[in-house]
Amino acid sequence: MNLLDILIAAPLLGFLITLMLPKGNAGLVKLFTLIFSIGVFAASLLLIGPVLERPAVMTWVTDAPWIGTPAIRYHVGMDGVSLWLVLLSTLLTPISILLSWKYIDHRVKEFFAFLLLLEFGLIGVFVAVDLFLFYVFWEVCLVPMYFLIGIWGHDRRIYAAVKFFLYTMVGSVLMLAAILYIYSKAGTFDYPALLLMMESGKFTMTHLEETLLFLAFFLAFAIKVPLFPLHTWLPDAHVEAPTAGSVMLAAVMLKMGTYGLLRFCLPMFPNASKENANWIVVLAITGIIFGALVALVQPNMKKLVAYSSVSHLGFVVLGLFSGNQWGLDGAVYVMLAHGISTGALFMLVGFLYERQHSLEIKDYGGVATPAPWLSTVFLVTTLASIGMPMLNNFVGEFLVLQGASQINIWWAVFAATGVILSACYMLWMYQRTFFGETPDSVKHHMHDLGAREWACIVPLLVLMVWMGIAAQSFLPSIGASNKTIIDRTALQTKSTTTHAEVSNHGR
Amino acid sequence: MDAKFFPQTAELLRFLPEIILTIAGTLLLVLEGFKKDEDSRSVISTLAAISIGLAMYGTVVAYDSPGLAFSNMLVSDGFAAFFRLVVLGVGLLTVLCSTSYLEREKSNSGEFYVLLLFSLAGQCLMAAANELIMVFIGLEVSSIASYILAGYIRDDKRGNESSLKYFLLGSFATAFLLYGVAWVYGMTGSTNLQEIRVALDKGVPSMTMVSAAVGLMLVGFAFKISAAPFQVWAPDVYQGAPAPVSGFLSAGPKAVAFAVMIRVFQTAFGSLMPKLEPVLWVMALATMTIGNFAAMWQNNIKRMLGYSSIAHAGYVLVAVTSNSATGTAAAMFYLAAYGMMNYGAFAIVTHVAGKGEEHVTLDHMKGLSQRQPAVAALLTVFLLSLIGVPLTAGFFGKFYIFKSAIDSHMYWLTALGLLNSAVAAYYYLRVLVVMYMHESESTEPVEAIPGGLKITMWLTAAMTLVLGVFPGLVLDFATKFAVLNK
Repeated sequence: MNLLDILIAAPLLGFLITLMLPKGNAGLVKLFTLIFSIGVFAASLLLIGPVLERPAVMTWVTDAPWIGTPAIRYHVGMDGVSLWLVLLSTLLTPISILLSWKYIDHRVKEFFAFLLLLEFGLIGVFVAVDLFLFYVFWEVCLVPMYFLIGIWGHDRRIYAAVKFFLYTMVGSVLMLAAILYIYSKAGTFDYPALLLMMESGKFTMTHLEETLLFLAFFLAFAIKVPLFPLHTWLPDAHVEAPTAGSVMLAAVMLKMGTYGLLRFCLPMFPNASKENANWIVVLAITGIIFGALVALVQPNMKKLVAYSSVSHLGFVVLGLFSGNQWGLDGAVYVMLAHGISTGALFMLVGFLYERQHSLEIKDYGGVATPAPWLSTVFLVTTLASIGMPMLNNFVGEFLVLQGASQINIWWAVFAATGVILSACYMLWMYQRTFFGETPDSVKHHMHDLGAREWACIVPLLVLMVWMGIAAQSFLPSIGASNKTIIDRTALQTKSTTTHAEVSNHGR
Repeated sequence: MDAKFFPQTAELLRFLPEIILTIAGTLLLVLEGFKKDEDSRSVISTLAAISIGLAMYGTVVAYDSPGLAFSNMLVSDGFAAFFRLVVLGVGLLTVLCSTSYLEREKSNSGEFYVLLLFSLAGQCLMAAANELIMVFIGLEVSSIASYILAGYIRDDKRGNESSLKYFLLGSFATAFLLYGVAWVYGMTGSTNLQEIRVALDKGVPSMTMVSAAVGLMLVGFAFKISAAPFQVWAPDVYQGAPAPVSGFLSAGPKAVAFAVMIRVFQTAFGSLMPKLEPVLWVMALATMTIGNFAAMWQNNIKRMLGYSSIAHAGYVLVAVTSNSATGTAAAMFYLAAYGMMNYGAFAIVTHVAGKGEEHVTLDHMKGLSQRQPAVAALLTVFLLSLIGVPLTAGFFGKFYIFKSAIDSHMYWLTALGLLNSAVAAYYYLRVLVVMYMHESESTEPVEAIPGGLKITMWLTAAMTLVLGVFPGLVLDFATKFAVLNK
């Protein structure tokens, strides 16, 4: 039982305690969940040190038997990539709680309880290294988000919640089938053991097997990312979700998909990943451009940010399937940077909504005059999102483009148009919302940021700048983790070719 | 083999659960005559619960002296003990739920419990049957009592329809089964499962006739487990029967029908299983698909659960199709888990439906989470388990079933079955949606939950969650008992 185990169990415990708190006392519920989740975040900071010492291997490992037949183990650990994603989850949970302080006025207890349950699932997903355990956490995340959207969302919330649930479910059952198949072949769910068996040639797949298994995993992750053309659940879910739901969804939940691609798809199916990289990259680039173009014409702010997510996540997939160090590092960096900046964007849009009760851009205008600080903060976030140098997204997107250009210069060229387009749609939205004439209703409702709102946004602003100018605080550990994946992939593909050559000679 | 006229003590012990149930049922029937006034009748339900508890103890005793009984007509093994405990458990829950239900519907009389005990006796007999005639007798004893239970509320039209349909189609099915048994006897000269196997190994005049006979028996079983294309009765019966009885019918008789099917096919007709596999394959897929797609359109919760029980029968058929010890263990685990979670769901329906079962549509569930948060939360547990979300018993049930299917190289069936379970998520989610995401339209005061129902709900929910984290508690037994004596 080490710190990581406690950290996994804590949100679940918090969830149960919250459910037992008295129903009428909303203040107590809010205060408890806030303090609790800040405590979890503080504890999670203690994880950093040991991981950074040896980021390439798993730290904080616990490996204990859970279920006898079939052999399912509670096996968790974190390396340089999962560390930052766990921190992202633990950071955004208290922020989301603080964010919803006033906005949520009915069924308060359940709302905050579900946020903690979501945190439990998210931490678990990022640290599980047993395929079965991973699947369990993956599904556990689904339930709280379903309720967050469905109960506290806007008008079409039910449609959005059900669509979200079913899309993810279809993908994940196929992943379950693939996991079961792997177990029937290898006799274990334990991921490190599985990789060792693959290295030593104890577990081999035929070409067809590898392709089908890859596709099963890939589909589950691609739906979650979401990769074009599987993205249609995302705008609905985002638009209908309450602000905290959107923040958690965009900032952390989408990363489950890309994390899965990085952690499982690439190392387990190196050949299939290589062979299928071309069409996947084409879809990713299509997503980048398509998402940006659709965002350009959105009259609804939340939908605009949602489509911008489709575009940004396209960069991540592009980086991952470029398959080189730059691409992978860039992809992970975009994952984190997108989590911070898009999380912040959804939060700021939520602030606007709480004032004006509208998400339509046309209902705004000249917000900068009554609320200068809000406008400034929004501008910084906007610039971060469009990849302004010195801010967080730039580093990641630059690395991705560099990685992609190593493989095929045209990939980088087309993807780069996404960066340009993102400047168009974001700045155009900013201009229409914050500049120009100030309508009376805006003048009337628009007050500047309050203390609670500052508390929500400042940590994210600090991170945007920090990740922009001091990328070295993060990149070495990410790079070291990614290097093990790349080395393994190279080894695997080489060993398969040698196997093939040997068998050719044999004939 | 010298068959003694008087059975030995060990043989009686192996038959102990049935003995207890039958004697208790008969005594209660007599006792009921002496209890004229309504109030004192509650004693009968208590006695029924106690006798089921005793029968559970009897099951353990029977398990402790394993072996054959009564000229090899019965067998007391782990497999039998497992299913006896499952049906007795379901029976106990039924008693807990029925007391308040019958009072509410003003139909409180002792016969209900007597019939329940007899039905349980028949089901226990089926679980232990080692002989086709015993299977038939157990099935009839169980079914005839169940037919009456389904229509127990005499002045309820839906109940009458349910009972009549169940009776007519059920007798039809038993006739098929009996016809099949007769043919098997004609071909092999025996109705004993082991002897049939030996005869088949030695060679019979016509394998075609045996295959046809197996086909006839399969039809009979398919009716009982509500497998496609013989599933049409299930939704009508579950919708019309009193809610506690619907829960009972969907869990107990179905589980034990699967038990018999597995035992008969694997023990006696093991050599025919490869031939049977394509048929079972199609049947499993069709059952899942029909159940799930039909359930999507239902507004009546009992009817929806009826269709969902068809779909779940399809999942268990996948395990039967895989024809292996792991498959059998998976089916056993699933049936136990399903019995629990489905009975829990029906217990909640029993409560929410209110007097005369007026409130059984989705509309009546609107805003349930506001009016009765605990009930809604418990139903959520059951529904998530029926969907197969991790950390519930239903998830491990599906997991083991599809794992056994993969182990038997049925990849397509696995993929299609899992996709089916994603489709199923849709209609279970509909209930969650109305409970949590709609505002309540009802202004009626909330009725207090009667004690028995409350115990049932919490107990089944707790077990659903515990098995979702520690499936080994049941699976270890299932795995141990899944190897049948050939």
